[in-house]
Order: sequence, then structure tokens, then C-alpha cells
Amino acid sequence: MDVNALYQDIILEHYRAKSNSGLREPYQAEVHHVNPSCGDELTLRVNLDGDQVVDVSYLGEGCSISQASTSIMTELVIGHGLAHGLELYEEFKEMMHGQGKVELDEDRFEDAIAFHGVAKFPARVKCALLGWSAFADAAHQATEGQGADR
Amino acid sequence: MTPVAAPFDVARVREDFPILAREYAPGKPITYLDSGNTSQKPRQVVDAIADHYLQHNANVARAMHLLGAEATEAYENARAKVAGFIGANRPEEVVFVGNASAGLNLAAHTLGAGLGPGDEIVISVMEHHSNIVPWQMLAERTGATLRWFDITDEGRLDLSDESLINERTKIVSVTWVSNVLGTVNPIAGIAERAHAFGATVVVDASQGVPHLPTDVSALGVDLFVFTSHKMLGPTGLGVVWGRYDLLAELPPFLGGGEMIEVVRMTGSTYAAPPARFEAGTPPIVQAVGLGAAVDYLSAIGMPAIAEREHQLVEYALAGLATVPGLRLLGPTTSHNRGGALAFRIDDIHPHDVSQLLDSRGIAIRGGHHCARPLHERLGVQSSSRASVYLYNTEAEIDTLVDALNWTTDFFKGR
Repeated sequence: MDVNALYQDIILEHYRAKSNSGLREPYQAEVHHVNPSCGDELTLRVNLDGDQVVDVSYLGEGCSISQASTSIMTELVIGHGLAHGLELYEEFKEMMHGQGKVELDEDRFEDAIAFHGVAKFPARVKCALLGWSAFADAAHQATEGQGADR
Repeated sequence: MTPVAAPFDVARVREDFPILAREYAPGKPITYLDSGNTSQKPRQVVDAIADHYLQHNANVARAMHLLGAEATEAYENARAKVAGFIGANRPEEVVFVGNASAGLNLAAHTLGAGLGPGDEIVISVMEHHSNIVPWQMLAERTGATLRWFDITDEGRLDLSDESLINERTKIVSVTWVSNVLGTVNPIAGIAERAHAFGATVVVDASQGVPHLPTDVSALGVDLFVFTSHKMLGPTGLGVVWGRYDLLAELPPFLGGGEMIEVVRMTGSTYAAPPARFEAGTPPIVQAVGLGAAVDYLSAIGMPAIAEREHQLVEYALAGLATVPGLRLLGPTTSHNRGGALAFRIDDIHPHDVSQLLDSRGIAIRGGHHCARPLHERLGVQSSSRASVYLYNTEAEIDTLVDALNWTTDFFKGR
């Protein structure tokens, strides 16, 4: 097993210096997701303005894969439309379940292409998806809340 | 007559475990340091299981034919071997169940039948989930209160709160040896105190019996639960030892075949122990395998095994202390300490430690080791755990320490 294929430099860099880490106000929804097999835990908030993702803030403790993936996810979704973020999530999920056979478009996924190697390690797929699924969950809760307000 | 143990020959022991010669890459053997999770099995145990299936297989206690008689004899012989191994007064004090969790659930259901509000159950914060959750469920069913021994900063059981065990205490259930901290608890003293208030004492001995000479009478406890697969035996078998007079008083747990005396449409009467607690076809070949494991351990001698592991733990503690940023959970000296070596490395998650070690063929465990309350108490989310057994070597500890240093460099300095 080549650990260098799993732990790309980009992943280790994000793990050492996480982007957008910390919980911030305001937010419309907060979720807590865990990975019971290894104990990764993540609290994540989203702040939407209409269909725009204004902020994603989080507090996480977990392995380098889950933390780096969450960090990169926030960079990709903050400041963009929610539909774009959820679309990226679906594609990222498909790649992670693709056992290394599905490629991501570097122009749209930037640092997240580093997770291509992780897809070959089935035990780590859940780690890589933790932040993304928390984001999708929180976004859905936030949009439901907005709908109820109107 | 006490046999004098020959000098411990680990190379000779390893020959009995073909899996230890498995290679993860050409010319590179695996390093198995996860025996606290499950032990490896010697050829003798695997052969006994194969021989039973290939030559003696039949159901027990009911088949009126040659093979049935042989299978029954093999099953009951295994019970007698296990009884002798732990110092039981008679084989009928040994109950075979599915695993240690099943044994602790049996204890909680049978002992807990008469509990109610105002009664107290005492466990400890260092317990495995299997010695927590059955008691939590019992407390929920009956309205009894669950109370907890804390631990000291060193990772020993904190016995300073003398009011914890009192006249309301009905059950005290603690682990003999912690599966995370390695701490060996002073069971005899706890049992004495609990008995002074008329409480029943249950011990989770899953991490004790595989490693230490066991004498249930000397420990002075009432129910004592352990598992086959951590002591060279097969999975699928747990053992509950109980004082016979206590077992004879307890109600059945699971109902079914073989646990009855007479079944009528109006009601049933129950068999005497141990059959009362062995509903259904029991784990027959697993018991035969455990019997062979007990023979194997006894031939080497548990005092010799305990002494050997003590040396190994001392060596490992010294080695781990040299890894920068590594913090051991639990006692840092080998005094009253078993072979579980849990640790944290600054800023490196246990999941990543396991992955890096696995790339060098080293098997350890990462996570909360089914002891989440303990990790919370220690202020950490999870840990890495290496654990040793009689077949491990100093060279394997060196391999572990080298790999941990490499892991630290990989994540910090690359």
C-alpha cells in the first residue's frame, strides 16, 4: 500500500491549516455528524442568503482525511450558489464511490482532486464524505427553514 | 504438584502460530499487536476444532448414538478444563454463552430481576461498553440508579469515595483489567467491600483470564465473565463462571431447548445450572477449541506467560516513551499493568496512525475501543492501542516504535 497516494501533500496542508474552521454567527442550520467507527465528529453551520452560500463554519475533530476534506469543501462552496455546491457534492460522492475509476474536473474541484487516491481505500471513503454530507444536510435544513418563514 | 515452567521460548511459541509468518509484502512479515481485540490461534486449537468436526460431530446431550456421546463428552470435557483453569470448585459452575457481552447481559437480566427504584448498581468509568450498556438498560427497566467509580490521574480505579458502595448497592460490576489503560484492578478488595453490604459482585475478566493466573475463589467474586477468542480460542464462545449456590438461585435468562426440566402447556420448570443458562444448541466446537486453548496455555503455564508479558510491557513502555509527542493513557509503569498500551500522538489522529502503521504491516487498533466514557473522562476523543500477548517479541515492539517515529515525521515534517 502506498500511503503517499492516500496522503497527498494538499491533504496534509489542509489538515495542518484548516480553512474556514471555527463556528460563526449568523447561521440558519447547524448539524452534528459523526463517524462511529473511528470517532470523527463534526459540528457544521450554514449561512444562506436566498440561494447563495454566504458562509459555512465548523468545528471538527477527526482524521486528516475528514478534516482536510471539510476544509476544501468550504473553499469550494462558500460564495457560490447552493445548487452549485450540492452539485459538487453529488459528483464528489460519485468519485469517492468509484474506486479510483471516476475522475474529477480540476477546474471545478481544485484541491479536492487530491481525494482521488482516497477512493481506493474503502475504509476512508466515509471520512472524506463526512464534511460534504454534513454540508448537504445543513443546507437542506436551512432551505426548509427559509421556506417555512415565507 | 506445581510444574516448573521451562524458560519461555517465544520463537518456539511462534512456530505454533502460522499466521505470524504471514507477509504483507515479499520478505516482510506482519506485526500483530492487536491481541486485546482478538488473539491469534495456535495450530493445536485449529486442529482440535477440525478433528471435532471431521470425526466427532453431533449435537450434545440429546443424541443417543456414538457420535452424540462423543460430542457430549468433548463439550463437557471442555467445561471441566475451563473450570480447572480458573479455579472453579466444580464444572457445573461454568456456563457457556455466545460471547462476553452475552454473559454480561445474562448477569444483568438474572441478577437484576428483583431490582427497583432506590437500589444502586455500581460500575466504573473505565468499563468496556459491554459492561456499561447492559447495566444502563437494567437501570432503565427497573428504576435502579447507576453509579460510577471514577479513575485517578494515573489511570487507576479511584477507590477514595467510600460512600459509593453502601447499603443501597445491590450489584457491583467492574473490569479486572482495563482494555484501554491496562490497569489491573484490586478485585478482591472491592468484592470484600461490596459483600459487606450484601451486594453481588460481577467481574468482566475478558482482558484478565488470557493473561494472568486466575483463581476465582481467591478473587472472592460472584459472577465472572470472559471470552474465548481473546485467549487463543475461537470466536462465538463466552464463559460465565458463577458460585454454584448463586447460579442455583438465579432465574433463567433465555428460554428454549435444553434449559428446561419439564415443559407443560401450563408452564415449565427449569434445569439446574449450567443447563438452565444454555438454551438452544450450545457452541459445541467452540468449547472444544477453548479446551485446546486452555491446554495450550496451561502447558506453558500462566505464571510464565504473565511474567513474559510483564517483561514485554516494560520494554514497550520504555520504547513508547521515546516517541516525540506520544502520551500514554494509563499507568506509565508496569506495576499492576496489563498488555493494553493506548496512546495519543500530538496532532495525529488515531485513524491516521493506524493507516500509516498498516502500510508497514503493523496491526493495532484506533478509535475509542468500546470505551467512550473513559475517553471522555481522559479528555480525548479516541486513541491508538497496541496490545501484546505471549507470542509477541521485543523486535516487534522495536518495529512499532520505528513506525511511530516515521508516522510523526510523515505528518509533521514532510
